[in-house]
Parts: sequence; C-alpha cells; structure tokens
Amino acid sequence: MNGIVAYGSYLPYFRLDRKSIGDALAGGGGKGSRTVASYDEDTTSMGVEAARAALRGAPRPAPAAIYFATADPAYLDKTNATAIHAALSLDDSAMAFDMVGSIRSGAGVMRAAIDAGRPTLAVISDIRTGLPGGGDERDGGDAAVAFLLAAGDAQAPVLAEHIASASASAEFLERWRIPGDPASRQWEERFGEHAYVPLADAAITSALKQAGVNAGDLAALIVAGPHGRANKRAQAAVGAKPEAVADDLTGAVGNTGAAHAGLLLADALDRAKAGDLIAVVSLADGCDVTIWRATAALAAHRQKVPVAKQAAAGGKVSYATFLTWRGFLKREPPRRPDPQAPAAPPAFRSEAWKFGFTGSRCQACGTRSLPPARVCMKCHAVDKMTPERMADVPATIATYTVDRLAYSLSPPVVVGVLDFEGGGRFTCELTDVDPKAVKIGDRVELTFRRPMTAHGVHNYFWKARPIQGA
Amino acid sequence: MASNGIRDRVAIVGMGCTPFGEHWDKSVSDLLVESSQAALNSANVPIDMVDAYWLGTLFSGQSGLTLSRPLKLNYKPVSRLENYCATGSEAFRNACYAVACGAYDVAMAIGVEKLKDSGISGLPSIGAPEDGTRAGLTAPATFSLLAPAYCKKFGVDEGAFKEAMTRIAWKNHKNGALNPRAQFRKEVAKDVIACSPQVAGALGIFDCSGVSDGSAAAVIVRAEDAYKYTDKPLFVKALSFIAGPATGPIDPDYDYTTFPEVVASATDAYAQAGIKDPRAELAMAEVHDCFTPTELVLMEDLGFAQRGTGWKEVLNGTFDLEGELAVNPDGGLKSFGHPIGASGLRMLFEAWLQLRGEAGKRQIASVARGRNLALTHNLGGAPGECVSFVSVVGSARS
Repeated sequence: MNGIVAYGSYLPYFRLDRKSIGDALAGGGGKGSRTVASYDEDTTSMGVEAARAALRGAPRPAPAAIYFATADPAYLDKTNATAIHAALSLDDSAMAFDMVGSIRSGAGVMRAAIDAGRPTLAVISDIRTGLPGGGDERDGGDAAVAFLLAAGDAQAPVLAEHIASASASAEFLERWRIPGDPASRQWEERFGEHAYVPLADAAITSALKQAGVNAGDLAALIVAGPHGRANKRAQAAVGAKPEAVADDLTGAVGNTGAAHAGLLLADALDRAKAGDLIAVVSLADGCDVTIWRATAALAAHRQKVPVAKQAAAGGKVSYATFLTWRGFLKREPPRRPDPQAPAAPPAFRSEAWKFGFTGSRCQACGTRSLPPARVCMKCHAVDKMTPERMADVPATIATYTVDRLAYSLSPPVVVGVLDFEGGGRFTCELTDVDPKAVKIGDRVELTFRRPMTAHGVHNYFWKARPIQGA
Repeated sequence: MASNGIRDRVAIVGMGCTPFGEHWDKSVSDLLVESSQAALNSANVPIDMVDAYWLGTLFSGQSGLTLSRPLKLNYKPVSRLENYCATGSEAFRNACYAVACGAYDVAMAIGVEKLKDSGISGLPSIGAPEDGTRAGLTAPATFSLLAPAYCKKFGVDEGAFKEAMTRIAWKNHKNGALNPRAQFRKEVAKDVIACSPQVAGALGIFDCSGVSDGSAAAVIVRAEDAYKYTDKPLFVKALSFIAGPATGPIDPDYDYTTFPEVVASATDAYAQAGIKDPRAELAMAEVHDCFTPTELVLMEDLGFAQRGTGWKEVLNGTFDLEGELAVNPDGGLKSFGHPIGASGLRMLFEAWLQLRGEAGKRQIASVARGRNLALTHNLGGAPGECVSFVSVVGSARS
C-alpha cells in the first residue's frame, strides 16, 4: 500500500463575494466568498499548479503514473493528464490517465493511487458553478489538490500512512449533468439525504472496523460531497469528538466538487500531529472512506503554503466579470483579429518548451536561451545546447506594459519582460496581478495557464504572477 | 567583405503618391494604377519603357500578378517583396540594385497597402501556424516598453517624457495639416493629444500612427541617364538594410532604450554617403514614427541627438519644420498615415518634393540655403527584434 509522501493544494487567486450576487440579482447571495478560477485557468492548468506545489522542494520519487480526476474536463476524447505530465516534465515512460466526469472520480484516483504499487501522483481539480442566482453558483468553489503516493523511503518518507479504506456504491439519481450543459441538475434535496445516509453508515463502520479504531480516536473527521445535508447527517452519525470535525471551508472557498475531500485532507495535513488519525469520508454516488495516520515525518515535509493561508489570500472579482469568465455573459469583443489557435505539429515539436518551459543553455558560454535555440545568441556556437527546465526559477520584472488594445477576457493585458535568476530573459503575460501595482523590480514566479481557447483548441502556456506565499 | 553601396549610380527621375487615408471607393488595383501613372507622368516615361518592377506589400496581395494584372503589363518581370513596415523601402532598394548592376535601364519601385478593408483596428494578423507560446502583444504595447526604460536609464521624469511624446504627435499633425495628401490634415492641441484614450502603457490614441490605404511609386534609372528625364533628379547616396538577430526580448543585456538595428543601418548608410554629421548635413529626415516614443528614440539612434537628450531636443523644437533639422515634414506615419507597403516610398516622395523645392507651404528653408540631402528611415518589428532601413538621397551628383 502506498502512503502519502507529498501533497500540495492550489486555490485560484480570485474570490467572489457572495453578497455581490445578491446585490446584482436583487436577492440571494449569502455570506463569505468563494474561490474563482481565472479566465486563463481550467481544471488541467489548476491541476498542474497543485502538482507543482506537491512536488516542489525536497527530493521526491519520480511519479511513475499520473491519475487525474475532475468533473469538468477541459477536453473529452483527448487525455488531460498528458498536459499535466508534460508540464511537470515527467519521463515519457510515466503513465498519464484521466478519470473524469463525475465528482466521485476524486475518491477514485486516491484509491487507485493507494493501490498502484508504484509512485503515483493523484491530481484532482474542479471548477464548480451553476446557473446565475442558484445554489451551485453561490456555494461552489474552484480548487485543485495533488498527492504523491509511494512506499516511502529515507529521502521521501511517508507523511500519512494508509490505515483502511471502505466503499459503498449505489445507483441513484441525485445530481447529474448531460455533457455540455452549463449547470448540474439535482433531485429534491430530502431524497439525497435518504439515499446517502445508510451508504455512509455502512462504509464508515467498515473502515473503522478494518482500522481497529473507534470514532472517538479520530483526530480529524472530514466529510465532503455535493449534498450538504447528507454530509452533515453522516458527520453527526460517526460520533467523533466535536473538535475532530474539520471546518469544511465552504465559507471562504466553497464546495470544490471532486477536489473537496482532497482539499480538506491537505488542510488537515497542514496541521496534523504525528500519530493523528484522519478519516476522509466522500459522499458522491455512494460513500468512500479512507483512514490515514500522520507520521513523525509530516511536520518537516508539509506543503510550503498551507491551505488556510491560500484561502486567506487572493483578490476580489466582480460578479459581472465572474459571469463573463464562466460564459454566462457574452461581452462585445474589440475590433481586433480573432485569436489564432495553436497548430498541432508546432505544439508537438515544442512540447518541452510550451508545456515544460524548458529552455536551453549554451555549453560553450553558459548563456541561457528562452525559448531553446540551436544557435547561441552570445557566442554563436551551433548545436552546443543542453535543455534546462526554467518553470520553477523565479524572475524579476525588467520592464512591463499594460496593453489595453489586446483581446482578453480580463482586460487590460499586462505583459512583463522577465529576467530569470541565474540568467535568461523572456517576455510573457502577467496574471493574478493588479495592473496599477506592477513595478519594475517586482519578483515573480511562473504559473501554468490556458491563455485562450480558439476554434475548439485550448492553448496552454506559462504566465508569471507575483510570488505566492512570499 | 564590405557594404560598398551604390552611391550616385542610380537616380529617381519620377515619383507618384496617392493621398493616404480611408479609400472606401478604391481597390488595391486602383491605388496601384494611380501611383504608377503619377510616377510615370512625373518622369515623362511611357509604361513600356519600364523594364522591371518591384512591388512592396505586406497584406494586400501576393506575387507580381498583384501589379501586372491591374497595369496589364506586357510580360515584364515583377517581384513582390515584404519586409514588415520597411516593405516599401525594400522594394526601392532592390529596384535600385537592379539598375545599378546594369540588368535593366529603367525600373519602378511601387508600394501599396489597403488596411481599411479588414474592418479591425490596427493590423490584421498574419503568420505561419505556431505553437501558441508568443506573448500576444499588440504593436503599441511593444513600443510602449521604450518609455519607462528610457526614463529609468536617463533619469527622465515620466511626465517630461510624456510631454516630449505629445510634442512629437503635435508637430507631426501640424506638418500633416499642410499636406494635401495626408490622412489627418488638421492640427491637434497638445492637451487633446495628452489626454487621448489610453492604448498601451503611456501611449494614447494620438501617440499611434494612422491606419490607412495608399500607394506610392518611384521610377529609377542609371545616374548618367537621369537628366534625360528630368532636370531635378534625386541621386541615391546610400541604401542600408539590416535584420537584427531578434534577441532583445530574450537578452537581459538589451535595455529597450535603442534600436541596435537602426544604429547599424544608419552607420552603414552614413559611411556609404560620406556623411559625418547628419544633423548638420541633412536638410530633412523622414523617420518611422509608428508611435511617438519610437521617433524620440530614433533621434538618438540616427545620430541627430546625443544619448539621453532626444527628449529635450524634441521639446526645444530642434526637429520642427522650422527647426535645425526638420523631421517628418510631411506629417510622418502619425498624420500622413501608414499603409505599410507604401510608407517607405511615401517618405522618399517627401524627399523628392522638398529637395526639388516643390513642397509648397511646408517647404524647408535650409534647402534654399544649400542643404541638398535627405534621409528616409523605416523599421519593422518591435524593440529588440526589428528590421531597419536607412536611405540617403541628394539632389546633386558628387
């Protein structure tokens, strides 16, 4: 059985105040805020960011497989995990599989990674919304989370041991969506409660029995699922200590669908002490329960920026902008040429650059080139380059401009000329940034994005943003 | 290995230029017919005497047929060229070389562009299929990078720099107001320019050149034949064209306060023409004022002002029509307009008028006092990754 050897979470920068929904629609809304994936993000790009957070820093075993889960895949037919695989510059021999379409797929990739028998990266990402004014729009949230599961060794010790898992599956129509529909449908709320509660009882009881522990022994109890009332009923039925019941983050983040159980687990790992037992209960088309035990290694290997700190950061987005980004408000485009979709063969040829942000370094004179080049710009040596991944190298803004003419779903476009630590310059878009606050000399880091979609093709590439958690 | 030039080996003996602007009623073919006819008439050359053609256009047609079809040319060679915003100049350069080497007796360089048919602001996008990794900056955004970099390097207050930008637009509109062929023929008050809607960085609408339709043409012959056609030919003193390695955007040593390609092409052109002090020797310069900071930086790159002082010289009126060295006396790209393929030849057209004393209300006084050289300059691309063209023409053969 694999245990968790690394984890990382990603909350997008933007926050929608629920009150602004009520203000715009003269009713509804609510308290707190929800996270909002920016116009240049999708579940794949957010998954990359969570995976980078998990793999950052200390030595990790190279994942031999990526399992990617989301209820909102960027592509059908085409695998989305391959873009994550490429963005992480993983070896070609590593597998990359999607498990997409349903909220339960989040629990699925975790279970598959536990059983994988090889170092496996489980990446779960979701973007949640619903029709304007509805509960899904208000209570949903966007997030991604990634767990590296492996046997553990001295270099990369297990941070949380897998103690027990149990599931209960059933077929019933509680929440569903036809592919392409902008919003989910849900049966009468009380029916879902009726269907979920016995499934939760069965799976929780079985997991505790396998683990040989009592509910009272749990240091943290996480219950996540799309059905709020069922979650509360299941949680109460476990009989855990009141202090073990974790904040479900719906106030500051929202319910992040497929990613939510994982996000709450990451939050628990941010705080857990050695020996703590953590039960994760996922209620989606059945019930999946996993019990973890934090190890002594956890304290020294937590993710760099905790979930709570990520949740407390961010900047506001207006309700009108949120609706625009989600496609519910079609805005007048500028009189500019239509954006051009990337072509498949050029993107294929430049995979290491486009997805892995891998430039080159001249072996003759040491000059870095972004994008990679065959002829050195300084010493003109030909074909003396070695590839060099630059995605995780911080940079400084040498100069920048605010482009009010360029087409964007979030004008104006801010572009920075970036000088990288240790050499190399590249000009790219800045994102998650206030155009008025940008200064020459600001420190930035790269972030994987989907700058645009044209003619049914998503264009993935890197942008820069102010260094997070600095 | 040398750039030898073809000083005084060829001459312009006729030129034509359509008005630039929104020609809703005229096609690319109409514009080509009009500029070529005007050039032929001005040279007193029947069309059958022209041996070969060089057509410059970026977007408005492909192949020599774009010209041979509307002109119904009698089985003559027509090359079609493109070199970004230096396209018209590149057509001129190649036609000059063809005559200089003796391949042809009479050549025509002609440029055309029809931008207003696209229905969009700025330039249409072109290009081969790509991998989607280039930052999608608009042209004004790339050139706006000059302003903060210049201010930082030379310790210039951003307000003072903006004032210099405004004065460049004001001057070029003032010159264009005197030009019946210009797209924008009226003066614009400085506060209107300074407060125009923001486009990119410090650039407002009035810091950007006009998007327009137009065409211009030149008839080129061997220098020794020039006086057979006109008593006031212009002799080609220098032609320099440079394509840079395009490393500015990826080289931390590039500081966005200069166009190294312009410095290289100006140095080459001055050597070809034997010019030591351009500011004192030239009667005028037509430079590529695509955006106002571009013109400011060009004053330094072309050697008209010391590094870091261009902004002051602009504010002092050095480059006004009545100033020490008139820059863009015809209104420049700013107010004459910028139909890409035609612009380089349009600049030569102003040199043609000015050095022959035919520029009317905007005639430069120093020509009458004996200055007889004019410079034209084009650049295409963006700071740190561009092509640059510099020519020097003169009314006397040395």
